[in-house]
Amino acid sequence: MEHTSLLERILRGIALTLVVIFFMFPIVWILMMSFQTNETILRIPPQLVFKPTLANYTALITGKLTTAAGTLDIAFMRNLWNSVFLSVTSVAVALLLGVPAAYAFARHKFRGSEDIAFTLLSFRFAPALLVLLPLTLYFQKLGLANTYIGLIWVYQLICLPLILWIVRGYFEDIPADIEYAYRIAGHSWFATFRKIALPLAGPGIAAAGLLAFIFAWNNFVFALVLASADKQPVTVGALAFITSSGIQYGQISAAIVLSITPTLALALYAQRYLVEGLSLGAVKG
Amino acid sequence: MTAATMQRNKPSGIRISKRVLPYVLSLPALLVCIGILIPFFTSVVYSFQRYRLSQPWARQFNWGDNYISFFTDPKFWNTLEISLLYAGITVLLELLLGLGIAMLLQKRSTLNNFISIMLLMPLMTAPALAALMWKLMTNPGFGVLSYLASLIGLHDFRWASSPSTALFTVVLVDIWVYTPFIMILLLAGLRSLPTQPFEAAALDGVPRSFVFFRITLPMLMPYILTATLFRLLDSIQQFDIIYAMTQGGPGDTLTVFQVEAYLNFFQSTNVGRSAALMIILWAITYFLSNIFIKNWLRLRERARGQA
Repeated sequence: MEHTSLLERILRGIALTLVVIFFMFPIVWILMMSFQTNETILRIPPQLVFKPTLANYTALITGKLTTAAGTLDIAFMRNLWNSVFLSVTSVAVALLLGVPAAYAFARHKFRGSEDIAFTLLSFRFAPALLVLLPLTLYFQKLGLANTYIGLIWVYQLICLPLILWIVRGYFEDIPADIEYAYRIAGHSWFATFRKIALPLAGPGIAAAGLLAFIFAWNNFVFALVLASADKQPVTVGALAFITSSGIQYGQISAAIVLSITPTLALALYAQRYLVEGLSLGAVKG
Repeated sequence: MTAATMQRNKPSGIRISKRVLPYVLSLPALLVCIGILIPFFTSVVYSFQRYRLSQPWARQFNWGDNYISFFTDPKFWNTLEISLLYAGITVLLELLLGLGIAMLLQKRSTLNNFISIMLLMPLMTAPALAALMWKLMTNPGFGVLSYLASLIGLHDFRWASSPSTALFTVVLVDIWVYTPFIMILLLAGLRSLPTQPFEAAALDGVPRSFVFFRITLPMLMPYILTATLFRLLDSIQQFDIIYAMTQGGPGDTLTVFQVEAYLNFFQSTNVGRSAALMIILWAITYFLSNIFIKNWLRLRERARGQA
């Protein structure tokens, strides 16, 4: 393995460079566009050197876009807030519901437990619209259409299976003997769960929560179907933004940058757990 | 109450609570999901109905008509064909690319680890937003990729807005987003392989291609299968990238299952046909996910065993 020829090392270097360019270029390019005025963006050939401007970001943050034709209101900050609120609340609810269930599945093999766990897993793979389309009609009848509660409920479709299956694995990794020892010392079941199981599975629970947040944030179809403008997260909002303000490419780029930064930052922070999370606990990183 | 009955009651009380406890713990999660199971069955019912939102008075059971009409419906065959084509092409290319990149990055070094973390960024980008990024880059007016295409002589390359290149464009975005998924799973797999067979092969002077096809590939197979099936299940249901990029267009070039069902429901308000489409897609994914779960479980057992 060690005696690699010079030619091979050069070829490997070229291949890796191409890979990095292909996967990094779009992010770098959109980042660059977000610091340009529309004027420089529209110039051909595309400019690599330009005078950076923060105008796109200020327009998004103040919500006012001044053009030659007048002032345009941008509701993008609202979308950003919706994304934060929906993702955080959905993950909190999923943790509250999922962690006890994961503990039950890991520690107590009860009748039907595997069937239930697999049913939950199968939600991860069922077509989203199969459930969403009838749900729109139900939500209209129930008054849940275009409400945060309705959306958070549906977001459990992605958050719950993820948390359940990852956290379950972490609970299974804790030797049961530690818990028995604590129980025999006279502590209640709940104290054992709180003082032993939860802290030991803590890192796994945190990682599962972060991943669930990323998936909730990146979701598109739920809010597209169930929410109107004032409840939409960034994924849907950015699409609407493109169609409504057609030519404001600088602002659109800035909006995309603001929308993808949180997940990219979290992913870098949680990258140690990413493999495990993406494979729902089947592969350890 | 005598002391004797109290003593008998106490342990039995614990036994009951112990039996009920797991149900109590998992019940809230279940209740939330039951709310989601109901619409699933509603979909089944809708799929056997003639049901248009625009003509609610004409709603009635037509039993298998929605399904039977698919046989003679060229739009349905187009949907099936484009969905399978999309899933097949993306997964195959992503698998080849992902495996190649994983092997390039296999050796643990600071640079390789740094690159593998960088490559995760597309995967963490929301697919819908990724499609918008590529839409900006392929804009015929100022898009940098349109410019680069014109440099190599493709002056009128219209990317997603031309029927002949629309599939290519969305496949490209899918590859950009999801290749890192396969890469990172296979990289974890490669790095977890035992080293002895490779050392033995190196000692015996076995050719590289032989090592790859006879040792690496078979040992990596469970990871490859899990990653492939995972992607296949997602890819056949792709909605975000295609909808954000072209809304299924131009024409019906990219009306894959979920996009077609969405358009049927919200544009032509044909709930019955939309539901029938989703049931067929569900049947396909159900079949795939059963194979998937078997492999996934095997891999999971192995991961737990290592822990």
